[in-house]
Amino acid sequence: MKSNLVYFDYASTTPVDKRVAEKMHECLLLDGNFGNPASRSHEFGWKADEAVEKARLHVANLVKADSREIVWTSGATESDNLAIKGAARFYKDRGKHIITSKIEHKAVLDPCRQLEREGFEITYLDPDENGVISLDNIKKHVKDSTILLSIMHINNELGAVNDIEEIGKFTRENNIIFHVDAAQSTGKLPIDLSKLDVDLMSFSGHKTYGPKGIGALYVSRKPRIRLEALIHGGGHERGFRSGTLPTHQIVGMGEAFRIAADEMEKDNHNIAQLADLFWKEVSDIEEIYLNGSFENKIPNITNISFAYIEGESLIMALKDVAVSSGSACTSASLEPSYVLRALGRADELAHSSIRFSFGRFTTEKEVKMVAETTKRVVRQLRELSPLWDMYKDGVDLEKVEWVTH
Amino acid sequence: MYSRKVIQKFEETLNNPQAHNVGRMDAKAKNVGTGMVGAPACGDVMRLQIEVNDKDVITDCKFKTYGCGSAIASSQQMIEMLIGKTLDEAKNIKDREIAELLELPSIKIHCSVLAEDSIKKAIADYESKKA
Repeated sequence: MKSNLVYFDYASTTPVDKRVAEKMHECLLLDGNFGNPASRSHEFGWKADEAVEKARLHVANLVKADSREIVWTSGATESDNLAIKGAARFYKDRGKHIITSKIEHKAVLDPCRQLEREGFEITYLDPDENGVISLDNIKKHVKDSTILLSIMHINNELGAVNDIEEIGKFTRENNIIFHVDAAQSTGKLPIDLSKLDVDLMSFSGHKTYGPKGIGALYVSRKPRIRLEALIHGGGHERGFRSGTLPTHQIVGMGEAFRIAADEMEKDNHNIAQLADLFWKEVSDIEEIYLNGSFENKIPNITNISFAYIEGESLIMALKDVAVSSGSACTSASLEPSYVLRALGRADELAHSSIRFSFGRFTTEKEVKMVAETTKRVVRQLRELSPLWDMYKDGVDLEKVEWVTH
Repeated sequence: MYSRKVIQKFEETLNNPQAHNVGRMDAKAKNVGTGMVGAPACGDVMRLQIEVNDKDVITDCKFKTYGCGSAIASSQQMIEMLIGKTLDEAKNIKDREIAELLELPSIKIHCSVLAEDSIKKAIADYESKKA
C-alpha cells in the first residue's frame, strides 16, 4: 500500500486491530487452538469451544445481552437475511406485512424484495430530511397484519441515528417483531439490550476493527423469538445457523468487541474532536451541504454534498484519500445515492456527495491534510464546471431546459 | 476502472486548466458556436465552444464539463481533435473514436456520446448565426 494514502472510509470497513490479529493467530496452527469447536470427544474441540464461548461473552457484554442470545453468522448481511427472512417465514401465519425504510442497507432491502416475491407485503418508509425514521411515520403504516419492523440503528451513509428505544416500546406493545441492523453502531453508541425492546439485532465484525467474514445476530430469549433457519446441516448454533464455527474469526470478533467495550469512550472522544476539526476546516468552502444533522448523527461519518461538482470526479481528484461516494456497494454504478435521493436532495447534490468516515487510527495531521486537499480540488473542479459558472452568473438551474441523452 | 489515459487527461486538465482549453468565450460573438449537452440529473453537463474563421476552420475551443473523470477526459480528447479541423471534418468525429482513444469502459461510453453531441450542437449554433 502506498504510504501517502489516507484512509477515510472506516464506515465501509476498518483495519483489524493489532491485538485482534494476535488473538486470531493463536487459533490457526497445529500448536494453536485449531480444533473444531463442535468436537466433543477431545481436548482440541473443548479448547476451541471454550474460545468461541469466551468470544460470545465479549460480544454479549458489549451490547448487554445474554450470551445465549448471540448467534454467529458470516457477517451482518447474513444476520439481516436470517432475521428478516427467518422471522417472516416463521411467523407468516400471524400476518404477511413488514415495514422497513427506503434508506436501509441493501442487506435489508434485498431480503425484503425476496419476501415480496414470496407473497409478503412490504412498506418502505421515507426518512425525514436528516435521514431519521420517526415513530409517527411507523405508527401510520402499521396494520393488523404487520409482523415485523426492520430499521437500522445508524445509517451507513449519513451516520443518522434512529431512536430504537422509543420505537421498540411501540413494537413490543403491539406485538410486532423488531429487527435492528446495528452494523455501524458497535463501539460507537452504547447499546443495552437488557433494557431495549429489540427482538433481533445484527452485528458485523469488520466495522469494529475485527475481521471480515464474521458477524452475529442477537435473538431475544425474553420474549422468545423463533426463526426459520436459512442454512441447514449439523444444527450448530442451536439450529439457527449450521456450519463449522470459524474459531479464529469468532475469537477475532470477540476480541474486537471486548476492546470496543473498553475503549469506546476514548475512541469516541478522539473521533468527535477530529470530526469537528474537519468540518471547521472545510466549512468555509462555498455551497456545501452536510447530509444529515449534527444534532442527530455519530461523528464518525461526515457526508457532504459539494454543489456543482460530480462525486466521481471529486473522488478521482482526491486520489490520495480513500473516501466513498454513497455506499461502497453502489459506487460501481452510475446512480446517485438512493439514500440521498430518499432525503429529497436535488439530483446535483445527490450526485456530488462524499462520505468521509473516521476511525480509531485517524490522526489530526491526516484530517488537516485531507481538508486542505478537499478545499483545493473543489476549487479546481468548480473551475471546470459549467454549472458553477451558471450559479455564479445567477442562472436558476431548475429553470434550464437540459438536453438529456 | 479508469484507463491510464483517462487519468492522465483528467489530471492534466485539473492541474493546468488554462493550458487545456478550460474556459469560455463570448457566446454572442458571431464567430463562436456554443453547444451545451447533458443534465445535472444525469450527472454530467458538457459545454463546448468553438471559434471558427472565415474559411470554416475551427481555430480555438473552450470547454467546461461537470461530470466524472471520463467525461472531463472525453472533453479534453475532443478539444485536441477539433482544433484545426474544418466544420465538415468536425461533423465526422464519432463518439467511438473518442471512446477508443481513451479506452473507455462500456459503462462510460455515454461520456464520449456526450462529447459528440456537444460538437454537433456547437456547430449547429455557429451555422444558425451565420445563416
